[in-house]
Amino acid sequence: MGFYLSKSRTVMHNLKPKLGSLGVMFHQSSGIASFSHHQESQSGLIKNLGAGSCNRPTLFTIWRSEHFKAEKQLDCKQNSGGPQVLNFPGGNVKFTSELDFLPEGLEERVHCYRILDENGQLTSSNFVQISDELAVRMYTYMAMLQTMDTIFYEAQRQGRISFYVTAIGEEAINIASAAALQLDDPVFPQYRESGVLLWRGFTLQEFANQCFGNKNDNCKGRQMPAHYGSVKHNYFTVASTVATQVPHAVGAAYSLKMDRINACSITYFGDGGTSTGDFHAALNFAAVMEAPVIFFCRNNGWAISTPVGDQFRSDGIVVRGQAYGVHSIRVDGNDALAIYSAVRAARQMAITEQRPVLIEALTYRGGHHTTSDDSTRYRSAEEIEWWRVAQCPVSRFRKWLEKEGWWNSDAETELRASLRKQVLRAIQVAEQVEKPPVADIFTDVYDAPPSNLHEQETTLLETIEKHPKEYPPNFSC
Amino acid sequence: MSAILRKIIAPGGIPAWGIRVIASRTYSSSAGGKEMTVRDALNSALDEEMSADPSVLLMGEEVGEYQGAYKVSKGLLDKYGPKRVIDTPITEAGFTGMAVGAAYHGLRPVVEFMTFNFSMQAIDHIINSAAKSNYMSSGQISVPIVFRGPNGAAAGVGAQHSQCYAAWYASCPGLKVLVPYNSEDARGLLKAAIRDPDPVVFLENELLYGESFPISAEALDSSFCLPIGKAKIEREGKDVTIVAFSKMVGYALQAAEILAKEGVSAEVINLRSIRPLDRATINTSVRKTNRLVTVEEGFPQHGVGAEICASIVEESFEYLDAPVERITGADVPMPYAANLERMAVPQVEDIVRAAKRTCYRSVPVAVNA
Repeated sequence: MGFYLSKSRTVMHNLKPKLGSLGVMFHQSSGIASFSHHQESQSGLIKNLGAGSCNRPTLFTIWRSEHFKAEKQLDCKQNSGGPQVLNFPGGNVKFTSELDFLPEGLEERVHCYRILDENGQLTSSNFVQISDELAVRMYTYMAMLQTMDTIFYEAQRQGRISFYVTAIGEEAINIASAAALQLDDPVFPQYRESGVLLWRGFTLQEFANQCFGNKNDNCKGRQMPAHYGSVKHNYFTVASTVATQVPHAVGAAYSLKMDRINACSITYFGDGGTSTGDFHAALNFAAVMEAPVIFFCRNNGWAISTPVGDQFRSDGIVVRGQAYGVHSIRVDGNDALAIYSAVRAARQMAITEQRPVLIEALTYRGGHHTTSDDSTRYRSAEEIEWWRVAQCPVSRFRKWLEKEGWWNSDAETELRASLRKQVLRAIQVAEQVEKPPVADIFTDVYDAPPSNLHEQETTLLETIEKHPKEYPPNFSC
Repeated sequence: MSAILRKIIAPGGIPAWGIRVIASRTYSSSAGGKEMTVRDALNSALDEEMSADPSVLLMGEEVGEYQGAYKVSKGLLDKYGPKRVIDTPITEAGFTGMAVGAAYHGLRPVVEFMTFNFSMQAIDHIINSAAKSNYMSSGQISVPIVFRGPNGAAAGVGAQHSQCYAAWYASCPGLKVLVPYNSEDARGLLKAAIRDPDPVVFLENELLYGESFPISAEALDSSFCLPIGKAKIEREGKDVTIVAFSKMVGYALQAAEILAKEGVSAEVINLRSIRPLDRATINTSVRKTNRLVTVEEGFPQHGVGAEICASIVEESFEYLDAPVERITGADVPMPYAANLERMAVPQVEDIVRAAKRTCYRSVPVAVNA
């Protein structure tokens, strides 16, 4: 399937069901042959359920194979007289005399694509191979993110910055997904994806400048810490509003589609963000408009203090993609190799087939929601500790690197020491830099400053000049 | 005539920005005699801008196949195709978010709300994702988007379809808010809005769509554009300033005719732009007439008139010979019944009476409903 085609609406209506809107089918994309193994096991799961359920009917959960297969592949052997079909708006639908309700979910949760186990052991060869150089680079950045988060968090606790958001436990999601993308792919983050920006080249100093809101901050002191953005790195500025970035990504994808650019957009959001109206509209739109966008859900189990059980009753987010007609996959969010492969495949699919793709990465939020939260109030310290240690994505990846012979404990010691030094230095430097000039209050409200703001700026500067003692000494103009 | 005292302008009473009569005269002298409905004016503006710039697209409910809920986008789907004239699913929040994202990435969307009442579903994206983005990203993300659609009361559509959103949107820095009255306004302001790099809220009026106005040859030219932030003096006068926008400009002009017969010369200002508000033109006019009546269809509290009144009090207090009169919609959700609806929106008589009050003219007490 190529780029956007200007088909008439009736043709589109008839085409849609034939594209297998039901069932998790993966189109064979060139270059991702390794994916077919996964495809079989996934649809094998579906087939087994379909066949099995014919023999174990229950009141509400008889699961018919028809519900999964596209009409042309139907081979279930009931219907001796031939089922009746009607071409309703939306496509052909077969009738049935069974009073069946689709169950609220499958018997088993959707399987999770994973390559590395907790000990860093490969469990399969079904992944996109990466070079030692890329692997070491990915590990370095995962460690860098971990170090940055740890030290910046401490800085906040010391009162040196007012606020911070860590991505502890989600380093693989951040770095591996970023590594699988290109700089041409615009990123629409929530706020726990600073690693993506880090990978793209935003320096530790730039991060520190933003957190301190000093005059070197590329955001001119406009935003709370951790609300980074950099057009240069194709990373759209973090906003505090939850999931508003999800439809933005669809709009940007539409723009890429119109300009026939060889790129896709990607947006990240948490489990909580999927409850919003924006999530629903974005997925629905992306499917209808065939927009090349990757929806990346970081299902880390918690939305501040709301556990996923209170957030939704579906089997996570992966099953929802199907409801919108979007290809979806569930991956182990603590496995960098799995994430890398999934995002590479998704990107390929999004661009060559011009369609949205949903990835749900299961993981655990190792830190508090933000520095304004104390998560031990609503979850046990033991639970947090278990996830942070046993499922730590950074140590898992390191174990694999060591097994491959690409890493060792000397390199580890050296790296950690160097990273710690770099981060500390960035903070020390950022802390000393002046705050932004007063003129930055008034710029960028509009493209060109309006006259009323000119007047206000003049008045303000006059006031500061007249009453210098009432303004801080480091108030630059 | 009237015994209105004129204040002597004291030296030094003129503020730093000076009093300049900004030339806001009408572009046309209607010599050609051509007329155009507001609907056609909007349609032609959209057509020309879409033709000139391939990154301009129109999206909203019913804008394509249906030719627009009010036929404003008639013919555009046929001409530009479904890639650029997009019929969206019913989710204002969704399609507005999507349009903002497209604008972030370099397209120039024109988002149509079937009425601005429905924009409340999308207001987070309008304010938090569009208006504030340039500032929050320190100039890295510009949002060249236009949100347009009918605003304010129509006829017999009840409470949830009749609210005026001028005051709400105009209070937000980062947005521009435009309110065309006639066809020339519609063409010039919509073209300016589409070309503007900032997010613009473009408030039309359903009842004006079908109204025909004279239009000049200049206004019909495809490069025609009106400046944003400049009000227009529709009718010059010397006794009282009447400031209005959108449909109320028509009412104010009718009121001015009636007042003229009674010896009161009213100056009618068509705001054209609520944000930026052309305080200079309003203040200059009030310094000339010393009396002010503001007219709007929206709710009274925190309305546009309140802001204009504050501006006058701050800048031209000594020039007022009478308190400012605000004519607004009634402080109730819009009722449906025709007689009740009529009482809930300003009528020409209300404007006439208010103008007379500022001129110390006695007004008959009994008013027929």
